Amino acid sequence: MKVTFPHMGHLWVVLKTALEGIGLEVVVPPPCTRRTLELGVRHAPESACLPLKVNLGNFLEAKELGADTIVMAGGVGPCRIGYYAQVQREILRDIGCEYEMVVFEPPDVHFSEVLEKVKYLNRRPWQEGLRGVMLAWQKACALDYLEQRVQHLRPREAQPGRVDAVFQRALRELAAAASRREIKRIVRQAEREMATLPLHTGRTVLKIGIVGEIYTVLEPLVNLNIEKRLGTLGVEVVRGLFISRWINDNLFKGLLPLPSHDPAKTAPPFLNHFVGGHGWESVGDAVTFARHGCDGVIQLAPLTCMPEIVAHSVMPAVQEAGGVPVMTLYLDEQTGEAGLQTRLEAFVDMLYWKKKRDKERRSAGAWGYFLGVGRGS
Amino acid sequence: MKAVYLGIDVGSVSTNVVALDEQGKVLHTVYLRTKGQPIQAIQEGLRQLLTALGKDLKVKGVGTTGSGRSLAAVMVGADVVKNEITAHAVAANFAVPGVQTVIEIGGQDSKIIILRHGIVTDFAMNTVCAAGTGSFLDQQAARLGIPIEDFGRRALEARSPVRIAGRCAVFAESDMIHKQQQGHPIEDIIAGLCEALVRNYLNNVGKGKEILPPVVFQGGVAANAGMRRAFNRALGTEVIVPEHYGVMGAFGAALLAKDMGLRESAFRGFNLTEMEFKTGGFECQGCANHCEVVELREGSRLLARWGDRCGKWSNAVAV
Repeated sequence: MKVTFPHMGHLWVVLKTALEGIGLEVVVPPPCTRRTLELGVRHAPESACLPLKVNLGNFLEAKELGADTIVMAGGVGPCRIGYYAQVQREILRDIGCEYEMVVFEPPDVHFSEVLEKVKYLNRRPWQEGLRGVMLAWQKACALDYLEQRVQHLRPREAQPGRVDAVFQRALRELAAAASRREIKRIVRQAEREMATLPLHTGRTVLKIGIVGEIYTVLEPLVNLNIEKRLGTLGVEVVRGLFISRWINDNLFKGLLPLPSHDPAKTAPPFLNHFVGGHGWESVGDAVTFARHGCDGVIQLAPLTCMPEIVAHSVMPAVQEAGGVPVMTLYLDEQTGEAGLQTRLEAFVDMLYWKKKRDKERRSAGAWGYFLGVGRGS
Repeated sequence: MKAVYLGIDVGSVSTNVVALDEQGKVLHTVYLRTKGQPIQAIQEGLRQLLTALGKDLKVKGVGTTGSGRSLAAVMVGADVVKNEITAHAVAANFAVPGVQTVIEIGGQDSKIIILRHGIVTDFAMNTVCAAGTGSFLDQQAARLGIPIEDFGRRALEARSPVRIAGRCAVFAESDMIHKQQQGHPIEDIIAGLCEALVRNYLNNVGKGKEILPPVVFQGGVAANAGMRRAFNRALGTEVIVPEHYGVMGAFGAALLAKDMGLRESAFRGFNLTEMEFKTGGFECQGCANHCEVVELREGSRLLARWGDRCGKWSNAVAV
């Protein structure tokens, strides 16, 4: 059995480690490229959302490398991801691509089913398998930690691209790491290198929060490398979606002390109910970012994504109440780079002006106070 | 020596060049079709500008905008490169101080920009549809055999505009043909088309944004009297069409260059109209992305490369 899985950002590092940990032979699909997208688009229905198309491309490319079993997540609820595995299975069969599929449904709904599937895949004694899974978890945490450092440094580094080069190398090393000690060493090494990078002096850095559907947020192929683009424009990107947090929220029930979304607390009164996918979290995170002084929020979603459309429709209210501009971008295979770049530049320009004006107002206000103008004595 | 600021807007349909004097007054404007050849269009634009203003010019700043802004910037040596939304907002605010809403409809793009107290607070561009309003009007005028200059005026003669399905240009066209076959007068159909396009714009681009007066209507489509009237009716307020409505992007880019207050411009000189620029390209085989890398050369000298995702080629050129 040679297992493969769909790509989503750096998820492959984590999944590869976990699956190898339980004794499976793993075929990592080639990195997502235009070719992946073209393959997927050719065989998927046009109105399907983008993740389905890219996933399909991943499977077809992995088949070329000899994979015969797919491990992927399913879902319940209003989001279409629940259908994905089934639709993909049919498409693959139609085009004569033989695959076995092991679909994991959410553990909070189908716990015994999940156990059975793990039992089916597991090739090692339980303790050993568990060690592999723990290692995967540690890698997820290390990656997400480093990525946050990258998000912080991108707008500040004097030579764009340097911090990404460090991160890419660390990523490759982490993928190969076999012990906790090694992971720690790689992280320390990457941090040391990042600390030596030359920085801009006196550049105004804006802070923009990214919310939205998890796949479009985490996969740079489909969001056209939006975080890098924003970094070059002088924007520090923050987001609530990380692989480690997703695992913590969804698999460990938020038991570990990592920041989680908790939309039930943050999203109301704008959105009071789960709407599928990450729609609720998008609204909640936008509110959180507004409270934490972000200059703006960008919502990402694949075209026709229902949960995000629901979230989109309440964003004007969030914008009004939170005083934070929100821009929504829908992405699919038709998205043009020039159009995306123009919108990002215009959004960033707008936020710069707003920030400058607010600053002027504040300082004018301070002077007014100083001179006793506009206040009763 | 006359001191001027240049603004160059290289769009998919048109390329515009504007020259301003030190007070921000427009000295000359050039409007050209890009015809898929931005380099030639930029050279021709500068040539026409020289013919109109004389050779005795001192360029104190250059700004570029539009989808071809990066190409234009490398070619002419620009001091500021700005996206078209910012450029349009700056120009509209200069032409009509205190403007609160800008409606911009060009050949391919349409946008709405909301300003409050002189700064942009919100904007949107056409997304899934509402694209190509200008091109669509052009095409319909050609199909009906009416010069585009007269097209809008004919709409004003309408007595009862026909209702046309305006969700998408393709459906609008088939509905228009249907209405023609039914025998509606052409004026009523044109007026109906204008109303449909305005509805489409307000639903797809305007989308619930607060449209407050003064409203400025700019871009090539603003020349169309039928569209102007349709907007007046739909918004219940007058839309102002500024004098240089067709070249506001270039105007804004020039204003931005002027605002920088540079001592020395990076402009490469008017002799670039005589230089030979060449673009070429290749597909990089470095990874599975197979990026299409484009090169701009002046004679044998490599000016810039772009199009690669990883920066392998674009970073290798020191501009």
